[in-house]
Amino acid sequence: MGTFHHDKGELHGITVVVDMKDDRVFVGRCDTILPEGVVLLDGDVHDASEVKYDGTKVTKEAYLANAAKFGVWKKFDRVIVPSDDVASIERLGSM
Amino acid sequence: MPYDPMLVQPMREDMTAMQVEELTDAAAVDAFMAREGTKLVFVNSVCGCAAGQARPALRLALQHGTKPDHVGTVFAGQDVEATMKARGHFEQVPPSSPSVALFKGSELAFFMPRHLIESRDANAIAFDLVGAFDEHCA
Repeated sequence: MGTFHHDKGELHGITVVVDMKDDRVFVGRCDTILPEGVVLLDGDVHDASEVKYDGTKVTKEAYLANAAKFGVWKKFDRVIVPSDDVASIERLGSM
Repeated sequence: MPYDPMLVQPMREDMTAMQVEELTDAAAVDAFMAREGTKLVFVNSVCGCAAGQARPALRLALQHGTKPDHVGTVFAGQDVEATMKARGHFEQVPPSSPSVALFKGSELAFFMPRHLIESRDANAIAFDLVGAFDEHCA
């Protein structure tokens, strides 16, 4: 019982990890996958090349290990991740 | 914007049918959280992908011999004030719904976020909840 949108693909409503070909990784609830990109809702993006205030960087692996335990703090309501830049899509729950 | 109350009523009744206490305002959450012992807060949701399995999972888990002393629920997107108040008790983790928070006294002992509920069947979710009950409620 609940709201369903079976026409939006098998990942609709699922929290996914969208790994990019560059240093970024997105985590968010998949709305739909369009030819031009992955539509994510209520998610976060991490840039592993970003230097923190203490001079360190957080790898994609470390960021995702934390996300897999508790989820992510929402940074955006909706974003379209361009298909050409996507390396892989995986369920966060299966990490 | 909250869903039509008629639409969510069956999802509320899923919870009350298993004797879970509905917490519909901040005062009810405060009173619930002030109780002694172990407490479980189920953050309900209209989402069929996740909550559709989470509610039956909780029903299964509550049949286990070891379980929390008190079980309450808030409805995300519906009972906004109550949900915000409840989330204030586990503000160290990102908000998600559905989700399950288990407390020993006022301390968060276990948290199951939405992404660990999605795409799993009720038995698998219940198994994890029972594990948490055995660890924290015995």
